[in-house]
Amino acid sequence: MKIYIPMDSAAKALGADDVADAVKAGLAERGIEAQIIRNGTRGMIWLEPLVEIDSGEGRIAYGPVNAQDVPALLDGKMDSLGRVEDIPFFARQTRLTFQRCGVIDPLDLAAYEAHGGLAGLRRAAAMTGPRIVEETTTSGLRGRGGAGFPTGIKWKTVCEAEADQKYIVCNADEGDSGTFADRMIMEGDPFSLIEGMAIAGLGVGATKGYVYLRSEYPDAIRVMNAAVEIARAQGVLGADIAGSGRAFDMEIRVGAGAYVCGEETSLLNSLEGKRGVVRAKPPLPALEGFLGKPTVVNNVISLATVPVIFEKGAQHYADFGLGRSRGTVTLQIAGNVARGGLFETAFGISLGEVVEDIAGGTRSGRPVKAVQVGGPLGAYMPREKFDTPMGYEEFDQNGGLIGHAGLVIFDDSADMLQMARFAMVFCAVESCGKCTPCRIGATRGVETIDRIARGDTAATGLLTDLCETMKEGSLCALGGFTPFPVMSALTHFPDDFATRKEAAE
Amino acid sequence: MQSPSPATSHEDLRAIVSDHMHLEGPMLPMLHAIQADFGYIPEDAISVIADMLNMTRAEVYGVVTFYHDFRKAPAGRHVVRICRAEACQSVGGTALSEAALARLGIGWGGTTANGAVTVEPVYCLGLCACGPAAMVDGKVVGRLDAARLDALLAEAGA
Ligand SMILES: Cc1cc2nc3c(=O)[nH]c(=O)nc-3n(C[C@H](O)[C@H](O)[C@H](O)COP(=O)(O)O)c2cc1C
Ligand code: SF4
Ligand code: FES
Ligand code: FES
Repeated sequence: MKIYIPMDSAAKALGADDVADAVKAGLAERGIEAQIIRNGTRGMIWLEPLVEIDSGEGRIAYGPVNAQDVPALLDGKMDSLGRVEDIPFFARQTRLTFQRCGVIDPLDLAAYEAHGGLAGLRRAAAMTGPRIVEETTTSGLRGRGGAGFPTGIKWKTVCEAEADQKYIVCNADEGDSGTFADRMIMEGDPFSLIEGMAIAGLGVGATKGYVYLRSEYPDAIRVMNAAVEIARAQGVLGADIAGSGRAFDMEIRVGAGAYVCGEETSLLNSLEGKRGVVRAKPPLPALEGFLGKPTVVNNVISLATVPVIFEKGAQHYADFGLGRSRGTVTLQIAGNVARGGLFETAFGISLGEVVEDIAGGTRSGRPVKAVQVGGPLGAYMPREKFDTPMGYEEFDQNGGLIGHAGLVIFDDSADMLQMARFAMVFCAVESCGKCTPCRIGATRGVETIDRIARGDTAATGLLTDLCETMKEGSLCALGGFTPFPVMSALTHFPDDFATRKEAAE
Repeated sequence: MQSPSPATSHEDLRAIVSDHMHLEGPMLPMLHAIQADFGYIPEDAISVIADMLNMTRAEVYGVVTFYHDFRKAPAGRHVVRICRAEACQSVGGTALSEAALARLGIGWGGTTANGAVTVEPVYCLGLCACGPAAMVDGKVVGRLDAARLDALLAEAGA
């Protein structure tokens, strides 16, 4: 018998470690022989801790399980959810990037290989750099960190650059509220990221990689460090990776609590040991990146998707999707939600289907008021926009952005003026300080929204102008996109910006 | 949380800094190692790093102050970081943290009078599908309510 208990930090935050202890004790008491496997999460966070028991007829799911439930669980007296693959939320997904997450012990390299791991790297090892880059381009993969830039094109620039040293830098700063896909894959299937970085290294001729991992993720830091050591010991990293005759090695670096360091040039400054201020582009990091050398900077999910592209072929990946958004989107459904978690599916599904149907609306049971898509710099989408399909261009046309694909759901008790105010506060707190419209403008924005809150509705014109200035005059998307949440709140929920005045009258 | 050493030793600092000299971009790893050891970044560390990396003290100081993580003074014996970001707000995180701070009589970043607990804001812990979320000395907690948060704070000695 095998018993799977996740070690993902969301599962732990809901008591998975206590459950594991109770299971261990319960098994000993009953004299039952069973193997406990600490897997990643399947991503159905509302069911965590989700325990799976495999007695030979598939993996039967139970959840949420707390420590007090364990005696009933072990005595076969707890209701099961059936086979985990049959749970509708799971059954409806197309799992490519997350194919192994929650399935295996994250640090078991043999299990990784048995589930398709390293096949992509072996295939890439037999290809030339330019062929690897071409395959990546064919897949249609676009950056999952926010900007959606075609990954193959970025790699081509680095591949063609002449230099004695090139780098692969993985952006694992995942600062957006409502996002946890990077964390989940690093905790649940770290070798997929390592394999993706190795393939990137072979593709562009880089021998050294760094993962810039935010300090807010101590569990992910532990798992990634352990995985790198195992990969090195097993020859997945080192002087001759996967028999390619080429070298690649990597290190995990820990961030220091600055949201702006998720912006790629700020990240590079931080990695070099400087203040995390944003650099002007050009020069592109692809030509002058880490320590001035040609550097690929890619998000965790972009890189962790590369192995499956090489395993199954670029065309297989490109066959999923909508328009210019190819492959799968790893949606993170969060906030006030009945069924929250990670949902990987082909691009093209509508926002409303995700929110109402898959996620089941709010946790509070009240009507959905708004969904913030794409993190703190993303727009608040009202119900009227729920037919927007998940696609980079489609969201853009509807005044929003997909970003890192986080969805934060709010019920009708949300005060959108307060949410707009928070967006400005956040920008002021996290600004790198380089541009006046961002550094000073955000603080003015807070003051202006406070004026509106006191009943001075005329200040909405000021707020609109200020947002225009921030959009036009900011070097990076922190100052430049903060107007998205602010203006979407103001435009779609004008009542929240007017009620106080009426109440005062 | 390690309890900070009583006196910051110059030799210890030099040893930590030396350990990281071989890295590309050694500054952040050095600062993290120093803070892990001392509980904060002592004044002395600025001079040691500046000296060994051949930088000015002002440059090093500029780096230290840029990042939210680095402290200039020791924190309480336990650090409770409560998420203030949007997903946690959508499930009542703001009221929860404000009530807790009011009961403790401190503001964000403050330490209880008995030195037991420092409460810090954090903007997202990646636990956004099970908020409100917090982290107690590096240990994650989700789906917090007032009773649970009070219990955690009491356990930490607040
Ligand atoms: C303020 C700000 C924060 C960002 N944070 C992140 C982040 O946490 N993770 C990330 O991958 N990209 C982030 N980005 C986007 C990066 O600048 C960059 O586009 C990305 O890392 C490129 O990788 P990709 O092409 O694989 O998406 C951020 C951008 C800005 C302006
Ligand atoms: S917009 Fe803000 S965060 Fe971005 S470079 Fe300018 S000041 Fe820095
Ligand atoms: S002040 Fe820096 S871009 Fe305008
Ligand atoms: S918003 Fe609180 S954990 Fe992400």
